[in-house]
Amino acid sequence: MGILEVKNVGKRFGGLQALSNVNLTVEENSVHAIIGPNGAGKSTLLNCLVGKLIPDTGSVMFDGQSVLGRKPYEINQMGISRVFQTPEIFADLTVMENMLIPCFAKRDGSFRMHALESMMNEKDIVGKAEHMLEEMKLIDKRAMHAAAMSRGDKRRLEIAMCLAQDPRLLLLDEPTAGMARADTNNTIDLLKQIKEERNITIAIIEHDMHVVFSLAERITVLAQGTPLVEDTPDKIKGHPKVKEAYLGETQAA
Amino acid sequence: MLGLEKRDTLLLIVVACLVTFAPILLNPFPADSSMAQFNAGYPDLMQRFVIFGIFAIGFNILFGLTGYLSFGHAAFLGVGSYSAVWMMKLLTMNVIPAIALSVIVAGLFSVLIGYVSLRRSGIYFSILTLAFAQMSFNLAYSVLTPITNGETGLQITLNDPRILDGAGAPSYPNLFGAQMNEATTLFFGGWSFTFSVGYYLCAVIMLISFYLAIRIFRSPFGMMLRAVKSNQQRMNYTGLNTKPYTLAAFVISGMYAGLAGGLLASMDPLAGAERMQWTASGEVVLMTILGGAGTLIGPVLGAGFIKYFENIFSKINKATLEGWFAFMPDGIEEFFVAIIYPFVGKGWHLTLGLLFMMVVIFLPGGLVEGGQRIGKMFRRRDRKSSDAELSAAQQRQVPPAE
Repeated sequence: MGILEVKNVGKRFGGLQALSNVNLTVEENSVHAIIGPNGAGKSTLLNCLVGKLIPDTGSVMFDGQSVLGRKPYEINQMGISRVFQTPEIFADLTVMENMLIPCFAKRDGSFRMHALESMMNEKDIVGKAEHMLEEMKLIDKRAMHAAAMSRGDKRRLEIAMCLAQDPRLLLLDEPTAGMARADTNNTIDLLKQIKEERNITIAIIEHDMHVVFSLAERITVLAQGTPLVEDTPDKIKGHPKVKEAYLGETQAA
Repeated sequence: MLGLEKRDTLLLIVVACLVTFAPILLNPFPADSSMAQFNAGYPDLMQRFVIFGIFAIGFNILFGLTGYLSFGHAAFLGVGSYSAVWMMKLLTMNVIPAIALSVIVAGLFSVLIGYVSLRRSGIYFSILTLAFAQMSFNLAYSVLTPITNGETGLQITLNDPRILDGAGAPSYPNLFGAQMNEATTLFFGGWSFTFSVGYYLCAVIMLISFYLAIRIFRSPFGMMLRAVKSNQQRMNYTGLNTKPYTLAAFVISGMYAGLAGGLLASMDPLAGAERMQWTASGEVVLMTILGGAGTLIGPVLGAGFIKYFENIFSKINKATLEGWFAFMPDGIEEFFVAIIYPFVGKGWHLTLGLLFMMVVIFLPGGLVEGGQRIGKMFRRRDRKSSDAELSAAQQRQVPPAE
């Protein structure tokens, strides 16, 4: 049994059947990629996993517990962190503050009234945040406003914020979309390093085949709202159905 | 000191000094000079400065930190006033129970309004709070007359029970016998300075409120509130429930408003429904934005600025203007008076409106940003070119303060 079990999930938007009969199992400590052409339902599926959308049918189990009907913050507290297509960070806050917030969320849960406590007395939290920034090579930017950082650094920060919560499952929604080749390669290296150093499962939605084949251990191909095939990268590369539905198109383009 | 960083401690000390010496600082002109009408150092006005300062400090905790723009905060001010007057009617003329009750009642009231209004954000939140406040205002005027005494306003009378007060107790709001309107006036040559009990009580409470606000701003909770303003989506996906955070901020600012209302009633024991009207809610928004939303000292400056305009600038009448321009030939004098007259006296709203527009357009950070820019200009001039490059490098690295 995997850490994430998606069974018979279906979702309809008006006349459009966005997802139908999606079955997916993500094994613990693996890197699982979900690929598919535009409109295949990848983002809809991801939104069903994190509580942004509730599927019409089927079930989503994380670590033996259903996530359906739970709010996004509750699902996050269960151990699922999400990285967005465009980095979602606290742009008006400093890099250090961006890092402190998930550390507090991890320790104190979804709400705590610490209105009169001083940041100076939170040595363990500050230490943890500094450690994370050091690990992500962002420590020299700690006093900077997050909005002023480059796209690549914002992505690094967002990933660091997710990792600060020690999630069991990290969901990445096209983490290299719109990035230059060098930044893309940096992100690949970063994710590889995270995979090696941490006890973590990664599920990744990606358009860039270079990223997918450098990272994934298993790949699910989604087309028109249903999984077409699921296998190892090597098998997927040569799979005729996949070529027809997806790879052929992108390579031609 | 007091669990604050150096910069904040310094700010608190500066504010404390200004507030303590306000009766002297605000009376720079001799009492019999023609400029005496610009003296703001009389107790009634100084009390308004600090009370509305408290109101704006509290409003800023909600608006400045979370970005939720409430258009109904005057309702809490009014509720606080009514509670305080009732306490003085029923229990005692001592202001401590009155102020305590006004904070508690305003807090409970804001839990109710906040819980409903915070289901929406942005303009819908503003409209909901506005609707609640107008509802309260109209209820106070009509249906709730037994509690609020309708149009006349709630007042204290000689027949009130006041069960805790003995026969010889003072009949004016007091602090353990020291009446709020007691004052000593000192004369130095042509100058006169009035020190009143009421003002110093308000000043002490304002300093405590200001200190608490600094603590809230610098706490992890304050950081969470700024995070709510910055990106609610990221908050949710970082496992944080934004609702209790915003509700807590709303209730805290409601309690500040209640405190301000209670103090208003303690200085002058009557409460009227007009205190809850939407114009009063709008005024605190103006104060906060004019001074600088999200900054510590901004709302206090804004409150002082607007109250000064309302009470001093509005008193310049045609005769005063004619006095000023008397040195000019007749025709030109009339011309100048005619041009300036619409902007002063009863036209003070026009000047305030123009100033407000200029601040919003040219100084989005309010008066505080203006002060920072002036400070920077001077610092640059001091350094000259020798280390201009160094300062430029520093600016690139250090983010702008607040």
